[in-house]
Amino acid sequence: MASEIIAINEFAGGGQSVGEWLHGWVTTVDHKRLGILYILFSVFFLVIGGIEATIMRIQLMVPHNHFVSPEVFNRMFTMHGTTMIFFVAMPVLFGFGTYLIPLMIGARDMAFPRLNALSFWLTAFGGLLLYFSFIGGNGLYGAGNAPDVGWFAYAPLTSRAFSVGHSTDFWTLALLISGIGSIGTAVNFITTIITMRCPGMTLGKMPLLAWMNLVTAGMVILAVSPLTAAQIMLCFDRYLGAHFFDTQAGGSAVLWMHFFWIFGHPEVYILILPSFAFASEIIPVFSRKPIFGYPIMVAATVMIGFISMSVWAHHMFAIGMSSYGNTFFTITSMLISIPTGIKIFNWIGTMWGGKIRFKAPMLFCVAFLFQFLIAGLTGIMLAASPFNWQLTGSYFVVAHFHYVIVGAILFTLFGAFYYWYPKMTGRMYNETLARWHFWLFVIGFHLTFDFMHIPGLLGMPRRIYTYEPGRGWEFWNLLVTIGTFVQGIAVLIFVGNLLWSMFRGPVAGNDPWDAWTLEWSTTSPPPDYNFATIPVVESRRPLWDLKHPEDPDWKYE
Amino acid sequence: MNSVAAAHPPLKPEWTLPSRGRVGMFCLIAAESAVFTIFVIAYIFYIGKSVSGPQPNDVLELPVFISICLLSSSITIHLAVRALGKAQMGSFALWWVVTLALGSIFLVGTGREWHHLIYEKGLTINTNLFGTTYYSLVGLHAFHVTVGLLAILAVAIFTLMKKVKPEHHEKVEVFSMYWHFVDAVWVIVFTVVYIVGR
Amino acid sequence: MKCSEQTRSRASNILGIAFLLGGFLIAATVCAADSAGPSQIPNIFKPDSTPADSIFRLSKLVLVITSIIFVVVFSLIAYATAKFRKSDADDGSEPPQVYGSNQVELAWTVIPGLIVLVLFLATARVILSVQDAPKPPGAIEVIAVGHQYWWEYRYPELGVVTANELHVPVSDPQHPTPTFITLLSADTDHSFWVPRLAGKTDLIPNHPNHTWIDPHEAGLFLGQCAQYCGVQHAKMLLRVYVDSAADFDAWVQGQKRVAATNDAAAEGRHIFESTACINCHAVSGTVADGHFGPDLTHLMSRDTIAAGAALNTRENLRAWIQSPDSIKPGSLMPAMKLNDHDLDALTAYLETLR
Repeated sequence: MASEIIAINEFAGGGQSVGEWLHGWVTTVDHKRLGILYILFSVFFLVIGGIEATIMRIQLMVPHNHFVSPEVFNRMFTMHGTTMIFFVAMPVLFGFGTYLIPLMIGARDMAFPRLNALSFWLTAFGGLLLYFSFIGGNGLYGAGNAPDVGWFAYAPLTSRAFSVGHSTDFWTLALLISGIGSIGTAVNFITTIITMRCPGMTLGKMPLLAWMNLVTAGMVILAVSPLTAAQIMLCFDRYLGAHFFDTQAGGSAVLWMHFFWIFGHPEVYILILPSFAFASEIIPVFSRKPIFGYPIMVAATVMIGFISMSVWAHHMFAIGMSSYGNTFFTITSMLISIPTGIKIFNWIGTMWGGKIRFKAPMLFCVAFLFQFLIAGLTGIMLAASPFNWQLTGSYFVVAHFHYVIVGAILFTLFGAFYYWYPKMTGRMYNETLARWHFWLFVIGFHLTFDFMHIPGLLGMPRRIYTYEPGRGWEFWNLLVTIGTFVQGIAVLIFVGNLLWSMFRGPVAGNDPWDAWTLEWSTTSPPPDYNFATIPVVESRRPLWDLKHPEDPDWKYE
Repeated sequence: MNSVAAAHPPLKPEWTLPSRGRVGMFCLIAAESAVFTIFVIAYIFYIGKSVSGPQPNDVLELPVFISICLLSSSITIHLAVRALGKAQMGSFALWWVVTLALGSIFLVGTGREWHHLIYEKGLTINTNLFGTTYYSLVGLHAFHVTVGLLAILAVAIFTLMKKVKPEHHEKVEVFSMYWHFVDAVWVIVFTVVYIVGR
Repeated sequence: MKCSEQTRSRASNILGIAFLLGGFLIAATVCAADSAGPSQIPNIFKPDSTPADSIFRLSKLVLVITSIIFVVVFSLIAYATAKFRKSDADDGSEPPQVYGSNQVELAWTVIPGLIVLVLFLATARVILSVQDAPKPPGAIEVIAVGHQYWWEYRYPELGVVTANELHVPVSDPQHPTPTFITLLSADTDHSFWVPRLAGKTDLIPNHPNHTWIDPHEAGLFLGQCAQYCGVQHAKMLLRVYVDSAADFDAWVQGQKRVAATNDAAAEGRHIFESTACINCHAVSGTVADGHFGPDLTHLMSRDTIAAGAALNTRENLRAWIQSPDSIKPGSLMPAMKLNDHDLDALTAYLETLR
């Protein structure tokens, strides 16, 4: 107990001046601190992105509303999408990976700690640069301001002719810079996982979180680079008079689409695989059973990594590809549902026959199962190319991808927050507040995103700042907006819980969940050096072996 | 409770994992390859699609000499690294400087070719699609050559200052992977631009 | 709030079932809405043209399959959460540690594989039938050009040029007269989406696309641009008037006529022809031959102006000319800054363009 108090005090900077404490955080190369910095950064931008969403929803609450002008609305949807993907989802998932991977593989830090710090600060700078556009975006004709070209910035809308001023440049440069940070993080993840596992931890004995982050990092390397390339080409077009996407000179707008979605599709798998990782760690512990079918989970993850590089043009079914092109991308998009879908069965199999404890992490993971199922099924609808010709570009697809990003990714993230909060801070969060957060968020989420499918089915396109009355869209838009506020309240409770528990939560101890992976074998929070001695492992659940020496895993694996 | 040693079957001997530098460099090369692939795809896609202006056949000449220089520099850097591994510092310094020279010849040659194209043939990045894709692809490669040469120069200076020791063999070898990658990219760029594209 | 684990998992089951029922109710509502006759609601499940119909039939198969999958998996999850929760009277021991099962895992890989195969084959058929449909001899050909933020329509074989309101004939399945539309763009990407008639197809500069519709019933079908194209993307609305064969012929004849001359509107016409209007607009039979904005030869034959953003009334027309930003802020038509007298005369002239 005394060691835990010491650990918590050190974490909270006991004994240092404010200046020293701040300096420690700004110059740190410790993966745990960088992980927490990533996470704090993301939570901050989550709130901002949420405000942007709320502004849009208020504007769309009733037809012909005048809450914001079309220019402001168009900036809102662009900034909301860009922020949530690049400055919330990616950093928070990288943050958890940065924090957890060395601990879970029995290492003392990442392979390249300084690169780790550089990657975080590049991402942070990218976020600040993007938001600087609100005040610094004035360009050639006094136009500018935040980018308003949509988060996928289709050409030729982004050319100098149609995007006057510097707003598009803020989008391009912010993402270029943070993209380099992402690649740096990916290099670190891969190198760490391949070269720094503790003795006995073969690739087949790594926690699934390590596997999924390994595949994710590989995808970042292969997917973010095309986006970087395309953005360099866009910069050349805008500033050197190049013609990559200049349709007047024979350039191709479709080429941008291909390049963007070659990034954009693997990107969404980059977001979901770490979420699968959280579920794969939390569900077994709270069901009191090992993950069902570890080898197939690994194989499915690797297959998703490969297949995801071949489905990108299902975002382009309506742009006029040939019937052969549409057919090819239909089959690959349907194929990828197989390794993705069977994971749901593996998680159910893990729960089956278990003794499930419904603490907050597990509540969020069970909701994730329901919601990811639905998101996957609407995904199958979208994979059927002709059906896609009706659904794409409408609120149906907006509902689909929010169902995945909020209903699956954010839910498992909430689960991860609660699960590893005691490890990171040394204190336990408040379970009652967490339950309020859970139920309110579930209600708000379903109010918003279930009903959002319907205007799409009734012909409402996306990215419109207002709509005509009489098309049957009004009632559903109102419901969607109401759900936004419910979710907002839930998120405030969440943030409040994290802050309050930091100071008033009970001391958690090393292993409050009776879990089985290596991070629970050290103090909460862990010391700078993670482990006094580097562990030696024999199975996928080293702590199970310790706690059950008469029945260790390595006898059965 | 930090060690997880309980009653267990004997550990397999020798827990060795690949070196960090090699894996890290491999990942970097993978990322850069993806970037180059996109530029190559754009180049190939736009072959023959320029609406006006100079065409590849009219203005491009095979840069044989500088290509030989660059590709030879892969051999010389390999020899340098091998010498360093055998602690033959004189040999290492010699091959290293030769590598620097060969790489510099390549860059100068590219610069001269560009000067010729811009001032005598009127081809710039905004002339037409050929100009756009040519300068972007060749320029991206030349940028990577430049970065590599700066690193080679830095190591050359450290060598002159006698700071480079045989125990740095692995770090230098990891860097040489980057240089081999740059040369391999040139093989592809050369093929696509000067052979296929003409 | 001190609920037992039991209450909590029961609550989650109740929520789940409520959600399921809600879903069915909503689906029923959507399908039942406006089941009588042509409707202004652009519901994709109320197709009125072969492409939309083929998509609808495919969608039914997809929905049935996905619903079955949903019910099965949902039930498994719900059952697992209910049956295997830790009971309050638990002895604290760990349950049997099961690591996997090859047979089960094989089964739940193969079955989805078969489902995917069925879905794919059904889908491929529809792709080919819609995209590669042959053009019958009676087809009407239209070239649609997307602009920021309006639609230009040209009927090359009929010699008609118009804007924003597309007229097509009803197509009788025995003697089909579908409309085949070539989609071009003058500036950025747009998308032609009239849900009850066909899936959407984009209009991309330097990349001509094609789509076709063969409406089975006369009436007005609504849609709008479905690819973000700039500040007024939201008000680039689509109105497709499906006419009977006779009405369509009459419309074509009307559109082919040169602009009517009306001496009473001479002053307005003079203003039109001597100010910047003719830089952007065309009126056949006059000096006005601009192509940046819509052709105004038969402006008054249209129900709306500004691509559906406002009804075609004198007040709206006047307001539009005076200050387009009052109707469509950010549209590319400049405010003409005319005095009241000139504005009235100009509006009067435009009202003669029937």
